[in-house]
Amino acid sequence: MSTQRRTIFNKLDWIILFLYLTLVAIGLCAVFSVEHRTTDTTIFMMNKSYARQFTWFGYSILLGLFIMFTDSKVFSSFAFLLYSSGIAVLILTIFIGVDVKGSRSWIGYGSIRFQPGEVCKIFTAMAIAKFISLPEINFKKFRNRIIAVCIALLPSVFIILQKETGLALVYFCFILVLYREGLPNAILIIGFSAIALVIGTLLIERKTIFIILTVLAVLIAFLMRFTLRRNLLAILVLIFSWGICIGFSQFAVPFAFKHVLQKHQIDRIYSMIGKDVPDEYDKEGGSDEKKVNSSEYNVLQSKIAIGSGGMYGKGYLNGTSTKNQFVPEQNTDFIFCAIGEQFGFVGSLFLVLVYLSLLLRIVFVAERQRSSFSRVYAYCVASILFFHFAINISMTIGLAPVIGITLPFLSYGGSSLISFSALIFILLRLDIDRQVLLR
Amino acid sequence: MATAEKPRQFVIIILFIGVASIILLRLFFLQNFEPKYKILANDIAIYKKVVYPPRGVICDRRGKVMLSNTVVYDLMITPHNVPKNLDTAQLCQALEIGKETYIDIMRRVRERNIDVRQSPFIEQLSQAQTARFQENTYLFPGFELVERNIREYENACAGIVLGYIGEVSPEMLKKPRYASYRQGDYAGLSGLEFQYEEELRGQRGVHYLERDKFNRPRDPYKGGSLDSQEISGKQLDLYMDAELQAYAEKLMLNKIGSVVAIDPKTGGILTMVSSPSYDPNLLRGRERARNYAMLYRDATRPLFNRAIQATYQPGSTIKPMTGLFAMATSAITSEFGFNCRGTYYNCSRPIACEHHDAGHAANFRVALAHSCNAYFCHIFRLGIDNERFNDVKAGLQSWHDYFYSFGYGHPTGLDLPFEGKGLLPDSAYYNHRYNNTWNSCTVVFVGMGQGELALTPLQMANSMCMIANRGWYYPPHFVKAIGKNPFDQALSRYQKKTVTNVPEPVFDIVQDAMQDVVESGTAAGAKLDGVTICAKTGTAENKAIVNGEVIKMQNHSMFVAFAPRENPKIAIAVAIENAGFGATWAAPIASLLIEKYLHDTISEKRKPMEQKMVDAHLINRYVYSIDSVSRLHDAVSFHNRQERKRVADSTARANDSLIIKRLFDNRFRH
Repeated sequence: MSTQRRTIFNKLDWIILFLYLTLVAIGLCAVFSVEHRTTDTTIFMMNKSYARQFTWFGYSILLGLFIMFTDSKVFSSFAFLLYSSGIAVLILTIFIGVDVKGSRSWIGYGSIRFQPGEVCKIFTAMAIAKFISLPEINFKKFRNRIIAVCIALLPSVFIILQKETGLALVYFCFILVLYREGLPNAILIIGFSAIALVIGTLLIERKTIFIILTVLAVLIAFLMRFTLRRNLLAILVLIFSWGICIGFSQFAVPFAFKHVLQKHQIDRIYSMIGKDVPDEYDKEGGSDEKKVNSSEYNVLQSKIAIGSGGMYGKGYLNGTSTKNQFVPEQNTDFIFCAIGEQFGFVGSLFLVLVYLSLLLRIVFVAERQRSSFSRVYAYCVASILFFHFAINISMTIGLAPVIGITLPFLSYGGSSLISFSALIFILLRLDIDRQVLLR
Repeated sequence: MATAEKPRQFVIIILFIGVASIILLRLFFLQNFEPKYKILANDIAIYKKVVYPPRGVICDRRGKVMLSNTVVYDLMITPHNVPKNLDTAQLCQALEIGKETYIDIMRRVRERNIDVRQSPFIEQLSQAQTARFQENTYLFPGFELVERNIREYENACAGIVLGYIGEVSPEMLKKPRYASYRQGDYAGLSGLEFQYEEELRGQRGVHYLERDKFNRPRDPYKGGSLDSQEISGKQLDLYMDAELQAYAEKLMLNKIGSVVAIDPKTGGILTMVSSPSYDPNLLRGRERARNYAMLYRDATRPLFNRAIQATYQPGSTIKPMTGLFAMATSAITSEFGFNCRGTYYNCSRPIACEHHDAGHAANFRVALAHSCNAYFCHIFRLGIDNERFNDVKAGLQSWHDYFYSFGYGHPTGLDLPFEGKGLLPDSAYYNHRYNNTWNSCTVVFVGMGQGELALTPLQMANSMCMIANRGWYYPPHFVKAIGKNPFDQALSRYQKKTVTNVPEPVFDIVQDAMQDVVESGTAAGAKLDGVTICAKTGTAENKAIVNGEVIKMQNHSMFVAFAPRENPKIAIAVAIENAGFGATWAAPIASLLIEKYLHDTISEKRKPMEQKMVDAHLINRYVYSIDSVSRLHDAVSFHNRQERKRVADSTARANDSLIIKRLFDNRFRH
């Protein structure tokens, strides 16, 4: 037992642990600053959310210790079982979930509630890792690739049914892992092109984008005229992609906006690109009074808080927006405002650098694994953290639409903190056995 | 296998770094180069609270408070905090309001403001309401008493002098003096409150408070380091004697006129009454608008400060000045006599004199004591026809200059707003009026205080100071010290003497004569044992237009005096409109005031006289018809103006339509 403990101590990746603790500490400070009032009788009040967050942090450490003393083979062996039970709970949640702000993604009894969608990320990561590391699986086969994508995206289907779109989008980050494991480069190119096309469609009028695309196609055809003359396939590809783009921008996007997306989602997307919602997508109908874009208010308050921080910030517990609750949901989704306002650009820079170090360190750790299960799992962790971090901070500064996802380790919330902690601790546990080939 | 896919690892690393860089770049610009967010943050989160300091107190010469501040309570309501099961019946009972009123106020409160903010429920509760509410405060959560300072006039006297405060009007806000004021601020609107606004108001304090998203003020912003403390208004110490003022107002009850008493040694005003006076406590608080309208409509015009704005022909009270002028220009000596037999015939029009016996104008002293019209008409003519001057025009100009130096014809510089300047004609005035052809006979009435000369009571009292001091006076003023400092910059102009160039011996002669006026002349009723009073009565003729015809009204009763002669302490002028002889009404009142001021009490012997003065009701019935006529005249001219404008407008419109019609006709004819 003592040798095992020494092994754990020697082989533990202290850098990741240190970065993790730093982020949790920053998070506790931020939540404290949001909740603290000068009228409070004592510094630390047990009924406030920072106290609860502190408790959850304690649970996370306990869970971490538990994980540390678990055999790492357990994770690979139980991966599919955990994944299946996770899916089952997700399906169950659709029916027995508690209604919170219109979504049914929470289950629980009384005051204890948790979000299965958060926890299911871990299981999905393990399932993907397990699937790819199976010796009989050749990931170069198209069929296996499709299965891997299905494993990654299956939970998001149920989460969408729970009406928690933001969380469902997180599962798309596993595409990045699959890319690392061998999905073609075209995936990334097509993905970014699609995003660019959607934003372009929203920003520019539909007729104009039609003309632009056509001109672009003709221009490419002109430049590549010698290749095209000899190669029939190239012509087909060009015409096909032009057709896809036109169809996407002229029909798919308007269709999605008119029939698929909810009003608040349209609001959020348009508030991100800084435009009013056009009349044709306005679900309320043509009312004369000024349409108030509700998510614009959140983003504006958030931008005010961050922008007013300046270079060095207003000082801890001196942020006027933070202290007086001008930013809605500041404890959870908009926790970054507290950092931006109170510590300014210097504080934000520090936080982003800590995150970036954590991500790069995880990638480094992933690449030194002997078993592919550990490597894929580590990449999954990096992707999840990256997606959360990038989208959350971007939405507070108006670079991304407001989707309700948390900032890992900082946001208030038990499900979020504990599941991210578990994610990290399992990674640390697997990393201790990096020389072992897991089956 | 891992090495073969190394590039993918770098693509992912580059993606991580790239996205982090984009976020950092956006943050960098957002936090350092977009100042609008800082401004917005301050706008939404910082509440600028203006704290009004108490206004300065005004005290009389003995340090007795005349105008101070008192606390009234406004009942404020925060509808959000009012429980559903509030006992409205009990609240209504405590506040003495009906249920309908309660519902009405609640409706208005809810319309005006959001639930979580405090709005006024009832402003300025009466003392009874406050007491009853305070007893049961705990029963009414959501309601709160907020204290507010308002002005309190002790003794309820000197309203016309002290003035009143009110909210600044939009017109006032456009003036540079009120540049620092905002809508809803209070400022002095008349009297000393207006004149010394800058000193009395103090300095407003600004406190910066943070507020939360419901606009509720919370902690001080940055620990209060940006706040500026409010500074209380300065105290004003007046020369005024509050007791004398109250006594004077009592004597002037039911009379139209004014009293001005000045301390000749300092120019400080001891008393200024414009009768009828009003209770200044009417013009404060929530009743102000209604009471103001009531006072404004009153036919006796209590809001009009007669002491400094009304001008009267001085009548005989001018005669000492005429004497000063004649003797200063050496036109006569004190021994000069005139053989008056009751009428002055030297000019084409006979001028009547009250006295017929021979020798009543044997010399200056006797003539002034008997107030001989003929004598003063004559010496006035001698003065302006003096051979020292080339012609009568130069002579009259010299007279004008002397009188100007006595304080006539221009505002004396009193520290009250809107002081009248009276009328002091000069040669140019008569040239214009009589087309350059006039002589000393044309203007002779001025010598006896009738004709074109018109003075304010203040000017009359001021000239008494000049005689009492033998040739100099300080500009009359109210304020002795501002904030206990008698050398305040605002008072420096009152510390400069105005000197006349009348030789001193002349004053002895005039003072002798004025002493005789009281001791053996027309003002025997003003005699006061143990005090040498120098005085002059006056009875000014006046006319008014009533019902379309000019009628001669009852004379104005005038009296000017100073006492004691040896060491003058009080100079006084009393003018009572349409009361009769100066000796009958004005003289006893002035005498009583002198006694009150010098002896502090009225001797038993003079109590009946005092009673007679207090009881006298001397308001002429014509006042009401004259007032209604002049108001009707105003209304008619206003109506005419409106009508003319309306007619002009409709003519213009008719013209326009004619032009359009013509255009159309021309167009469609072909």
